Amino acid sequence: MGSINLRQVRKSFGAVDVIPGVDLDINEGEFVVFVGPSGCGKSTLLRLIAGLEDVTSGSISIDGRDVTHAPPARRGLAMVFQSYALYPHMSVRKNIAFPLKMAGMDEASIEKKVSDAARALNLGDYLDRKPGQLSGGQRQRVAIGRAIVRQPTAFLFDEPLSNLDAALRVNMRLEIGELHRELGATMIYVTHDQVEAMTMADKIVVLQKGRIEQVGAPMDLYRAPANRFVAGFIGSPKMNFIEGHEAARLGAHAVGVRPEHMAVVAPQNSDWRARVTAVERLGADTFLHLRSDSLGAMTARAGGDESFELGSEVGLRPDPARLHRFGPSGETLAA
Amino acid sequence: MATTHTRTAARWMAAPSILLLFMWMIVPLGMTVYFSFLHYNLLSPGEESWAGLMNYEFFVTDPAFKDAVFNTLYLVLGVLLITTVGGTLLALLLDQPFWGQGVARLMVIAPFFVMPTVSALVWKNMLMHPVNGLFAWIARTLGFQPVDWLGAYPLTSITIIVAWQWLPFATLILLTALQSLDQEQKEAAEMDGAGAFSIFRHITLPHLSRALTVVVLIETIFLLNVFAEILVTTNGGPGTASTNLGFLIYMQGLLQFDAGGASAGGVIAVILANVVAFFLIRAIGKNLEA
Ligand SMILES: Nc1ncnc2c1ncn2[C@@H]1O[C@H](COP(=O)(O)OP(=O)(O)O)[C@@H](O)[C@H]1O
Ligand SMILES: [Mg+2]
Repeated sequence: MGSINLRQVRKSFGAVDVIPGVDLDINEGEFVVFVGPSGCGKSTLLRLIAGLEDVTSGSISIDGRDVTHAPPARRGLAMVFQSYALYPHMSVRKNIAFPLKMAGMDEASIEKKVSDAARALNLGDYLDRKPGQLSGGQRQRVAIGRAIVRQPTAFLFDEPLSNLDAALRVNMRLEIGELHRELGATMIYVTHDQVEAMTMADKIVVLQKGRIEQVGAPMDLYRAPANRFVAGFIGSPKMNFIEGHEAARLGAHAVGVRPEHMAVVAPQNSDWRARVTAVERLGADTFLHLRSDSLGAMTARAGGDESFELGSEVGLRPDPARLHRFGPSGETLAA
Repeated sequence: MATTHTRTAARWMAAPSILLLFMWMIVPLGMTVYFSFLHYNLLSPGEESWAGLMNYEFFVTDPAFKDAVFNTLYLVLGVLLITTVGGTLLALLLDQPFWGQGVARLMVIAPFFVMPTVSALVWKNMLMHPVNGLFAWIARTLGFQPVDWLGAYPLTSITIIVAWQWLPFATLILLTALQSLDQEQKEAAEMDGAGAFSIFRHITLPHLSRALTVVVLIETIFLLNVFAEILVTTNGGPGTASTNLGFLIYMQGLLQFDAGGASAGGVIAVILANVVAFFLIRAIGKNLEA
């Protein structure tokens, strides 16, 4: 239960092609993350799957059933909105009970399901409050509670954590992951944050301008990005790109190397030299922001205890096995 | 400390204007109360004498008084019913995207800019007139007997006229409220399996409750003393069939020159208005709390 297939799904608003044509297969029980920069069409794609927008052309099927023209309620999906979209005049209890009430379930079963969900999400003490009286994290839980009581075939999340503070975000990330393991339901999760994508996904779908750039497991995308866009988007800090003479020497339009795949050495031990412009100490790691005439701006990672002076020169020795080469249109060149 | 200080200073500075406003209100009210205890006829000035509660007794025991109270309530409730229900429906309609939306919205607002006397005259002579009116023409065209609206159903006709004037106000307030409804809430409800009617009932209507409260409160204040529409259409008649409290006071004071009796009526009207306001606030005021 919960496989979703998109075939040549296209969506345009007036003359603007927001989704020019997407093919995508989502398997049962998978945690799929749509990631991409703001405005690339992630929400639109999610809303097409939910049925909140009509496709311009193409087809969508859920569990093999064609739902291209089915209304949202008939698709068996539940959605958690970025704004949570709780019903402000209803208590938490009524919010969670709403989908069950709409399904015509009897009072006793509703009561039981709501209290089960409330217990699972630690909302027991807040059932009689209004959404306005809850904190951001609690509202988030209510929205999730409202989604899980219906036991949908798949869950859709649209940037659910973007309104929470950093600490809470890490917490909720783990909780949603746990929820996924417990329920075993398919989940599609939209975010612009590649950290969320890397940590949560079974499968990442990288989008840019409505096109799928690459689909794959997080570490596959990290190790073997299909193009320069994916290479730059996945991984933090970002991959360094070097163009011009240095790249040409390696037979590419551009070469990429991640900060964690370069050794910081003494200047005389390397061909690549750069000047330190900033030092960020994170404790375990130190990130060096560097600049040089031949390489441009670079980021490198060093150990937490090493010390560097601003303006001093360092040498960089990239791991040759971890160098990525890109062609003129950004495609990855075979090693 | 600083804020306490500022607050005290602010009170002193606001005091003169508050005092002025208070005088503005209390002097006419005090004079009305004073006159209501006098025999005071405008035709024989200088012969005022103490009347005690006589004016009140006469005003309340006048058979027209009971009719006037009933007519006032009928008019207020009738107009409220038409404008809230009609206003909600119109606002829902205007909230849909359609071609010519801007013009349509402007047209709906238009009646609000027409003076009450003018609109009442238009309704009386061009729409409801049993011979020349548009309604009569439609009835005749369809082969029915034309209805003499203001003659046969005076109070209902006035209710319709006044409702027509207030419909734009209700529509405008409700439309603004509708536009502030978060679309994601509706979408969430849609995903939760709610149909169009359920969404209206469980999402839209509760969202509108505050705006509806404002409409009811404001309209009630104005509708308790509808006057111009009655004066130019039926003159309160036939008999007392379309006389409301305000019109009864006018007749007492300016047609019978009984300033004392009219003042007593005025005081009673103020008390009644406060009673209505009290129950209204009790009943729906909690919608206004944040
Ligand atoms: N209802 C709409 N009408 C017109 N353009 C829209 C509409 N919804 C989204 N868009 C456009 O589609 C593009 C993708 O939007 P969206 O899917 O919300 O991006 P994301 O969620 O990835 O930030 C944006 O350029 C946006 O302006
Ligand atoms: Mg979005």
